Amino acid sequence: MSEMKKIKNLKEFSTSADRFEGANLLCPGCAHSIIVREILNATNDDLVLGASTGCLEVCTAVYPYTSWDASWIHIGFENSSTAVAGAESMYNALKTKGRLKQPDRNPKFVAFGGDGASYDIGFQWISGCMERNHNMMYVVLDNEVYANTGGQRSSSTPIGGSNTTSPAGTHSYGEKHNKKDMMGIMAAHNIPYTAQVAPNKWKDMVKKIQKGFATEGAVFINAVSPCTTEWKFDPKDTMALTDLSTDSLVFPLYEVIDGKEWNITYRPKNVVPVEEYLAAQGRFKHLFKDQYKHMIKEWQERVDENWAYLNRREEARV
Amino acid sequence: MANTGWDEFEIGAMLRSFDGKIDDIAGTLQEDRAYSPNNSFVASVADWRIEKPVFNKDYCIDCQFCWIYCPDISIIARDKKMIGIDMDHCKGCGICVEVCPTNPKSLLMFPEQAEEEAELANWPAKDEEK
Repeated sequence: MSEMKKIKNLKEFSTSADRFEGANLLCPGCAHSIIVREILNATNDDLVLGASTGCLEVCTAVYPYTSWDASWIHIGFENSSTAVAGAESMYNALKTKGRLKQPDRNPKFVAFGGDGASYDIGFQWISGCMERNHNMMYVVLDNEVYANTGGQRSSSTPIGGSNTTSPAGTHSYGEKHNKKDMMGIMAAHNIPYTAQVAPNKWKDMVKKIQKGFATEGAVFINAVSPCTTEWKFDPKDTMALTDLSTDSLVFPLYEVIDGKEWNITYRPKNVVPVEEYLAAQGRFKHLFKDQYKHMIKEWQERVDENWAYLNRREEARV
Repeated sequence: MANTGWDEFEIGAMLRSFDGKIDDIAGTLQEDRAYSPNNSFVASVADWRIEKPVFNKDYCIDCQFCWIYCPDISIIARDKKMIGIDMDHCKGCGICVEVCPTNPKSLLMFPEQAEEEAELANWPAKDEEK
C-alpha cells in the first residue's frame, strides 16, 4: 500500500474514489475543494488530516455532518499544524515501541489552513513544525483574504485589493501592504520540500504532492485558491481565473528542495499581462480609474521583478 | 444522533463517516460505501441551484476535465467514462461547462426547471467559428 499511486493521465486519475464528500457548504465555484480533492486523490494511503478554522473547516464540518472520509480533526484557528505534528509524533513513538496495530500501513499526515490561519494567526506554530521537521505536509489554501469572516485583509492580501478592512475609495486604493513572501520564509527553514501549486495545473500539482508525500520530513505547499465571493468574479470563472493567475506569473509555480534548489516547474508559453488578471476581479475594479491607474504599471513591474528573482535563484542554486 | 440538540452535544465530538468498518476507503467506490447519517454525502444542496448542468453524452470525449475541476464531487466517472451528474450535490456553479472542450459542448447550463429531454433534443449544433 505504501508504493506511489500511478497517475499517468486524467482518465487514470478519474478512477480514484474520492475521500472528500459533496454537500459541503463551500460556495458554488470554490477552489478549496478542487485543491483538497487533487491532494487526497494523489495517494491511496491512509490519511490523518487537520484543518485550521477557516472556510474549509466551517463548511465541511457543520454539525451533524462531516464531509471527510478520513481521520480529520479541527481544534483552533492556529494549531492544525501542531495537532497533526502531534499525531505524527505519537505515530512515531508507537512505531518505535512496536505497538502499532497495523504496522504495514503508511499513513500520510496533512494539515490544511487558509491564508489567514497560515500567514497570520498560525504562523509561529507552522514555523515550529517546519523547524522540528515533522514528517508532515502543510497546505495553505491561499485566497488572499479572511473569506470566512467577511473579507478582512490578511498579510497575504496583495497591494490594491479592496477588502472590508482596507476598502478602496476616493482617498485610498485599498490594501497598502504587499503580500508576505511565505514561500521564501518557509524555504529559509531549509525544509526538504516547499512548493507553490495551482489547481488548474493538476498534473504539476499531483506530481508535487506525490513528491511531498515521498519526502521524509516537513513539506510546505502554497496553493492558489481563487475566491469567487471575495475576489468578486462569477463562480463559473474559477478555473479561468486560476489560468490567469498562473499565466500572468502573479502565482508562479515553482518548488524549493532543501531551501537551496529552486526549480520553476511551469513556464507559460504566452505570458498574459497582469492587467488582464486584475481586470477579471471586482476587488481590483477601482485600479482602472484614472486616479489609481499607475498601480497597474507598478503591479506589472513587481511581478516581472519577482519572476526575474525566481529565475536568478533557479540558476544560482543557492 | 440526528435528534440531539445542540446543548446535549458532548464536548470533543466525534462524527463517524461510515457505519461499521471500511478497511480500504481509497479503494472503495462511493456506491459500495456504507455512509453513516453523519456523512454529508447523505445530505443535499440541490436547492442552492438556479441553473443546472445537462449532460449530452453524444458529444462527450471522456477527457475528464469536468471530473477534476468539479468542486462538489458531482461528476460521476466510472471506468474512465463520464456517466452522469450527481444532482444532490451539484450547486450549479457552471465550472464543468466552462472547462468542457468539445464543440458543441457536451455540458450546458439550463434553468433549474427546464425539461432535460426537451433541452437534449434542441442541443445547439457545432459552432463553425471556433
